[in-house]
Amino acid sequence: MEILKTYKLYIGGQFPRTESGRSYAVCAPNGKQLANMCQASKKDVRNAVQAARKAQAAWTSKSAFNRSQIAYRIAELLEARKVQFIEELQAMGLEKQSAEQEVQMSIDRCVYYAGWADKFQTLLGSVNPVASSHFNFSVPEAMGVIGVVACQQTALLGLISQILPVLIGGNTVVVVANSTQPLCAISFAEVLATSDVPGGVVNILTGEVSELLPTLSAHMDVNALSIAPIESKLLTTAQEEAIDNLKRVRIYAEPLYVKSAQGLSYISDFQEIKTTWHPIEQIAGGAGGY
Amino acid sequence: MSNSTWNLDPSLESAAQVHIKPQYELFIDGKWQAPLSKTYFDSVNPADESHIAKIAWANDSDVDLAVLAARSAYENVWSKLSGAARGKYLFRIARLMQEKAKELAVLETLDGGKPIRESRDIDIPLACNHFFYYAGWADKLQEAFAGQQISALGVAAQIIPWNFPLLMLAWKIAPALACGNTVVLKPAETTSLTALKFAEICQEAGLPAGVVNIVTGYGDTGAALVGHPNVDKIAFTGSTAVGKQIQKACIGTAKKLTLELGGKSANIILEDAPIDQAVEGVINAIFFNQGHVCCAGSRLFVQESIADRVLEKLKFRLQSIYVGHPLDKNTDIGAVNSKKQLETIERYISLGIAEGAEMYQPDCTLPSKGFYCKPTLFTEVAQSARIAQEEIFGPVLTIHTFRTMEEVVQKANNSPYGLAAGVWTSNGARIFGLSQQLQAGVVWANTYNKFDPASPFGGYKESGFGREGGRHGLSAYLKFSN
Repeated sequence: MEILKTYKLYIGGQFPRTESGRSYAVCAPNGKQLANMCQASKKDVRNAVQAARKAQAAWTSKSAFNRSQIAYRIAELLEARKVQFIEELQAMGLEKQSAEQEVQMSIDRCVYYAGWADKFQTLLGSVNPVASSHFNFSVPEAMGVIGVVACQQTALLGLISQILPVLIGGNTVVVVANSTQPLCAISFAEVLATSDVPGGVVNILTGEVSELLPTLSAHMDVNALSIAPIESKLLTTAQEEAIDNLKRVRIYAEPLYVKSAQGLSYISDFQEIKTTWHPIEQIAGGAGGY
Repeated sequence: MSNSTWNLDPSLESAAQVHIKPQYELFIDGKWQAPLSKTYFDSVNPADESHIAKIAWANDSDVDLAVLAARSAYENVWSKLSGAARGKYLFRIARLMQEKAKELAVLETLDGGKPIRESRDIDIPLACNHFFYYAGWADKLQEAFAGQQISALGVAAQIIPWNFPLLMLAWKIAPALACGNTVVLKPAETTSLTALKFAEICQEAGLPAGVVNIVTGYGDTGAALVGHPNVDKIAFTGSTAVGKQIQKACIGTAKKLTLELGGKSANIILEDAPIDQAVEGVINAIFFNQGHVCCAGSRLFVQESIADRVLEKLKFRLQSIYVGHPLDKNTDIGAVNSKKQLETIERYISLGIAEGAEMYQPDCTLPSKGFYCKPTLFTEVAQSARIAQEEIFGPVLTIHTFRTMEEVVQKANNSPYGLAAGVWTSNGARIFGLSQQLQAGVVWANTYNKFDPASPFGGYKESGFGREGGRHGLSAYLKFSN
């Protein structure tokens, strides 16, 4: 007899059931039930934000090189579980070829951002030639805790396209997964849990976007939101609630599951620029050189 | 040593060298246009409460005309020019500003109350330099964002505050024009004059009509500008409360928004700091421009072992601060910008006393007319006190102590704001360590309140988003397409 898989939430490196005890059925296009998913609650969102905040300082102080290696490790583990993800995508309605393509692109995207982890700083930062006798430089810094409403059109690629650029930039995330096709999101959480991503750095919730997003957008300890296309009224409410602590809100109107939906801008969207000044002593009247 | 032994003879800069019209109209489409509102308001010299000029008060219809002019100039003229040609206009404007620097400085001081020493040596040169700097970017935008598809946004609506009127104008207009946008700018109601003088400079520079439009007025004028459907970009510098209203007004529109808002910045002195330099730094951090500085170092954190010494030196230094007429070249602290702002500051000072903090003000005589406030220190201030949490925007410093690095990082970051921070220490490693830990867009180490066109400026958290200055400042005025 087949052993059926239980899909749970991913919070703080653990796989708890929702504290609400609720679940909802996820079905294939032919109506066949695939799984009972946890229907996360507002409290789960708050727990996830707390876990993300707790993990943020340590994650952002890891070396960029280390974050790069960890992101590459995600790609390695995805590759190892390729078959599982293809089967899940097929179960949720994709043709085999499309499923294979999506998984391959997802792996490629992880590799792509793994490479960026210790390079975007060079491109986003600068040494600024101020007119006074000061050394002045600007560096990008992680924004902090980012709320992600994942792409609702795809089960895996959209999710990875949103999480990876945020993650390698030193942020931690709370993700509301695709509501109707959530299987891959939780399987991806299993990849993260067995990779070297510390617990709490990525937290993934399944459930209704309309129920979870308002808590996320109003939460005073969330610094920014990454929102894939959702219903416009829901989006407006989220934008209004985000104002309270001046969250940075990035709305991706373009499809995130295409080859071109990657790049430096997806990283810089969740970076702050910090500029530091320090005086330069003018030795011997400032006549430097030979 | 008290003030009495150091009486300074007044050395007043002459106001006669400035040409001020008795009445100013709106600057729309390259012409001076009487407001459709038919309404004017008075600009008052905060130094002596005298009337300076009548200023047009733009209403919705006036704003509409200005946006229309900017749109038409964008479509028909400005977007068709090469970057190099745009740059040449900006270079020309920068030069004209330099030529008129003295007049602009006196006008800035007359209208806003800041010491002539500051407007002459800081505000106006920096404003000129800002135009000079961004002029050079105008034909190098693609190099600045290699591999990305960029274009101008269109019409930029810009709203600026009264604390650095011409400098904030430069921070807004220079990058906007360099990136190929046209602008409608609204100066603050208490400080319109240098913006109107700038309009004259645009005319003199032969800038095509409608590329820069100046609409004067109060908050309702600003709201009309923000809400105008034909605007593509909004740049605002001002209070966090108004910034949030603007962010709300932009929801559901395609308007690109940058906000530079309030602050309650921490200035931290460690026990190994060069103390005398640090004390001068504290004075500059909080009393520069009467404390009307969004990034003012308004919360001082001193390591416990040196706290008494620092406080004693600060009190001594306060005795030699000269509060007086802004046009006097001796003046350190000039006039508070308006009666309203003076009332706000005085309310906070009373509140500080009521909250149980200990206040210190030096012995000094304030001018009998005008809006003035003594430099003020508060000690014994709780972290939760409103004077330690809220932006006062005046010459009021709260002083706190700490023992460990962890403690001071926690206290410094315990604010909804995140604009700037200062660190005073001779330990290099500690400078970088603290700089990384402090949630602030600008960190001044062993210095404070330094600005430069090449240096990005802007906040974390509720101090706003986006950067002004440097290459980063270009992003605010460009559209990025994938």
